[in-house]
Amino acid sequence: MTQLTAFTKKELTEQIRTGRLLILAALFCLFGIMNPAIAKITPWMMELMSEQLAESGMIVGQVTVNAMTSWTQFFKNMQIALVIFLVMFSGILTSEYQKGTLILILTKGMKRWKILASKAAVVTIFWTLGCLVSCGITYGYNAFFWDNAIASHLFFSVFCFYLMGLWLITVMMSVSVCLMSSSAVVLGTGGIFAVVYLLGLLPHLKAYLPPFLMESYPLLIGTSKPEEYLTAAAITLIWSVLNLMLSVIIFNRRA
Amino acid sequence: MDILKVSHITKNFGKNAVIRDLSFSVPEHCVFGFIGQNGAGKTTTMKMILGLLRQDDGEIFVNGEKVTFGQNCTNRYIGYLPDVPEFYGFMTPAEYLLMCGEITGMKRDEIRMRSQELLELTGLGSVKKRIHGFSRGMKQRLGIAQALLNRPRLLICDEPTSALDPVGRKEILDILCSVKNETTVLFSTHILSDVERICDHIALLHGGTLALCGTMEEVRNMRKGTGIEIEFFSAQDMNQFVHLYGKGTAAGETKLKLTNKNETDMVEIMGLLSQNSIPVLRLERLEPTLEDLFLEVVNQ
Repeated sequence: MTQLTAFTKKELTEQIRTGRLLILAALFCLFGIMNPAIAKITPWMMELMSEQLAESGMIVGQVTVNAMTSWTQFFKNMQIALVIFLVMFSGILTSEYQKGTLILILTKGMKRWKILASKAAVVTIFWTLGCLVSCGITYGYNAFFWDNAIASHLFFSVFCFYLMGLWLITVMMSVSVCLMSSSAVVLGTGGIFAVVYLLGLLPHLKAYLPPFLMESYPLLIGTSKPEEYLTAAAITLIWSVLNLMLSVIIFNRRA
Repeated sequence: MDILKVSHITKNFGKNAVIRDLSFSVPEHCVFGFIGQNGAGKTTTMKMILGLLRQDDGEIFVNGEKVTFGQNCTNRYIGYLPDVPEFYGFMTPAEYLLMCGEITGMKRDEIRMRSQELLELTGLGSVKKRIHGFSRGMKQRLGIAQALLNRPRLLICDEPTSALDPVGRKEILDILCSVKNETTVLFSTHILSDVERICDHIALLHGGTLALCGTMEEVRNMRKGTGIEIEFFSAQDMNQFVHLYGKGTAAGETKLKLTNKNETDMVEIMGLLSQNSIPVLRLERLEPTLEDLFLEVVNQ
C-alpha cells in the first residue's frame, strides 16, 4: 500500500508542478461555460447572419433556445474535451520509458502493477473531476437561464459519456504499455476507437459497443430509455477492466 | 560469503550472442571492478542481475536468493546506479529520496535520517532546488544517495564516472571508497585508472565471456614483470654500463630498458653497478599495468 500511495503522490505532484492540472481545470471550466454561452448567443448570431442567409434563400424565423440547446452543445464539446484530455495524458507511460525514470523505481522493488494502478487512478480521478466540473457549470448556468427539467435522463446520459471516456482511458493505458512514443499512443488509441466505431455502424452490433454510449440525444429528448443503454454500459465496464488486466500482463513482460 | 553469484548465464539479442556462459562471484565487502570495452556486455549483465532483462540460460543469485525476471525480490538487497541516472525533475532531492524510501518500505523517521546523512555524504545537503536544474555530476551523486538509501548489501554502479569531468570523477570514486565498509560495490567501467585506484577484485569481460577474474594481486601476478628499467645520471654512465653488461633498449638519453630479466639478473645488475661505482637515479622492476593486460586480452 505504501508503494501505491508513494507513487500516486508522485503522479499528483507531477500534474500540479508541471501545470497540467491548471490547464485541465481551465479546459473543463471553459467547456462548461461555453455550452450555455453558445446557446445564449445563438439567437443574436442568427439575427446577425439573417441578411446573408436571406440572400441565399434561407429565412430565419423565431429562434428559441433552451436548456436542451445547451445540453446538446455540452455533449458535442465534451467529445473535443475528451480528445484533448487523452492527448494530454498520452505520454503518461511513454515519457517515463523515454527518459528512463522507471528504471530506478523498478530496481527499488516497486511492483509493476502498482505503477499502472497509480497512473490509471490519477487519470481516472482527473477525468471524473473534469466531467463533474464541466457538467456542474453547465447545469448551474442552465438552471439560471432556463430549466434543466426539459432534458430527460440527463445525469444518466452524462454518466454514459463518462463511462465511454473511462473505456478510452483504459484503451490508452493498454496501448501505452506496448508502444514507445506518445504520438504512437495517440494513433493507436485513435485507431482502436475508429475500428470499434466502424463496427458500431453495423446495426446488429451497435447497441453492444462503447461508442453507442455517446448517443445521448435520444435519451435527452426521451425517445430512448436508459435500459437500452445498459448492455453497452456493462460491456464497456467489463472491457475496461479487461484492458487494465491486459496492460498489467504486458507490462510485467516488458524488458 | 559471496553476495553475488553469476552462474553460466547466456544472453542473445536476436542472432547476436552478447553474453556467453558467463560465471563469476563477488565476495562481500569488496570493490569489484567489472571491466570491458564498450559493448562487451557489462550493462546487459547488470540488467540481468537486477531482473530487468531475462537471461536465456543460467542462474543468478543475490545474497543466496535466485534472481527472477520482472518481479524480483532480490532487488531489496541491491542499490543500483545506472550510467545516466534519470530522476523526476519536478522533485527536490529530499522529496525523491522520500519517495524511494517509501517504495522500499522504510519507516518515515528512518528515511528522513538516512536521506539527510546521504545528502551530506554526497554534498547535496544544502541543495534545495529541484532536480531539473542539476548538473550531470550532481545527478550522479544523487544517484549514489538513492542507491545507498536502504543500506543495500550490494551496490551496482554502471559506469558511474564515464560522463564526468576529473573533479566529478574523483568525488564519485571517493564516495564509492568510503562506503566500502557498509556494502559491497560492483562497478563497471572502461576507465582503467579508476579500477586501479579503488578496486580490490576485478573481472574483465571480453566478447561476452570472462577473460580475467580475481583479486587485483592475482591478476597482476598472472603476468609478472619481466623487464628492468634503469635511469642514469648521465649518458656517459649509461654507456659505461652498456659496455660492461651488454645491450639494452635505450628509452631516452639516460634511460635503459632491459627485457626478459628475472630476480637473479636484478641482483647481478645491482652488483655490477656497485662494483663499478656507477650511480643511478632509479632502478625499477617493470610491472605490467592493467592497461597492458587489458590490451593483451582485447587484442588476442
